[in-house]
Amino acid sequence: MKVAVCDYGAGNVRSVLAAFARLDADVSVADTPAAVAAADLAVLPGVGSAASAMGVLRERGLDEALRARVAGGGPTLGICLGLQLALEQSDEDGGVQGLGLLPGRAVRLHEGRVPRIGWATVDPGGEAYYFAHSYVAETPAASAISEGIVAEARVASFVGVQFHPEKSGAAGARFLKRCLSPV
Amino acid sequence: MPLPRLIPCLDVAGGRVVKGVRFENLRDVGDPVELGAAYSDAGADELVFLDVKATLDARPALLELVGRVAERLAIPFTVGGGVRSTADGASLLRAGADKVSVNTAALARPTLISELANLLGSQAVVVAIDAAEGKAMSHAGTEPTGRSAVDWAREAEERGAGEILLTSMNADGTRAGYDLELTAAVAAAVSVPVIASGGAGSARHVAEALAVAQAALLASILHERPGRLASLRQELHGLGVPLRDAA
Repeated sequence: MKVAVCDYGAGNVRSVLAAFARLDADVSVADTPAAVAAADLAVLPGVGSAASAMGVLRERGLDEALRARVAGGGPTLGICLGLQLALEQSDEDGGVQGLGLLPGRAVRLHEGRVPRIGWATVDPGGEAYYFAHSYVAETPAASAISEGIVAEARVASFVGVQFHPEKSGAAGARFLKRCLSPV
Repeated sequence: MPLPRLIPCLDVAGGRVVKGVRFENLRDVGDPVELGAAYSDAGADELVFLDVKATLDARPALLELVGRVAERLAIPFTVGGGVRSTADGASLLRAGADKVSVNTAALARPTLISELANLLGSQAVVVAIDAAEGKAMSHAGTEPTGRSAVDWAREAEERGAGEILLTSMNADGTRAGYDLELTAAVAAAVSVPVIASGGAGSARHVAEALAVAQAALLASILHERPGRLASLRQELHGLGVPLRDAA
């Protein structure tokens, strides 16, 4: 199973690589459209700001590569900011146009302490995963919820999660393993 | 609200984990890679690594050590000590940290907080405050700044801090309980998560801290017997603290 982790020059790509390596996946960094196209699973990780991340994705042609991949039914996983970038629009950084892989937009969190940081239960499933975010997806494609916010959204071959499976211990490893098993 | 977090803290000097009392008389308590992995496996919710004697010339060795600790962790990892610039912060994240913690350099130049938040995102920026008698101290607790810890926490949040790590130097290493009054005052002053630090001696102390803060840092209480983390989680469950199921 070849896993390609999109590199857009920010954040901790290394922890995503390490998490897939622990599952014995053949994982590597992808910074070209060809590498994104060739993988069995493409991962759009997420740390950093929406505007700079989208800028680098465009500059490297990874935005088109991801759209083409999902249009062709290629399994693709977005993590945290990777979920928010997959939406049509984000309110972050004064408004950023997203990849449009998922309907909806990313909006600022207003309830509780922000950033929302820590482990929270996700339903269905009832497992706790680690979250660290100030924006949240508003989308009709939600497939799992945590404390009233969208924890996971799916359309066709794309799945996006707001939590960090690569930082979520045994529960996170189980989630990533499911992403690696053919559907 | 997310679940309360238990965060073991590795104070590292010269490549080893050390622990003192009220920041003094540091003793060697183990290897950071081994201790970090043991805590990750025993159900720690996060790990904090503070390079307590951070010096610029030791930077490459520190990054290498951070990388080796990070490789063994499947939980969030915060690293601090000597972070003076966005380049320092970015290199720690590249080495495997998920968040960076700043203290002295932010007191000297508060715009560092917003620079780090703009580059890395607020969720990756922890402002650590060492407080003695309610006042923020700099240079690993050796120099008074005269600033109230509560006011400094509020300013840090305004500048983009995503979390406040509040250590009471009066309580540090004493195992006599957290400084609940100061912790509650800081938690009331900011709307970002607050991590209480200094003074944990029993499960009850930790439960008290988690009633006013979102996370509790643990050091002395664990290091002599890392297996204590699992029993501590059980005792906290018994006290009604809703921790995650780490299995």
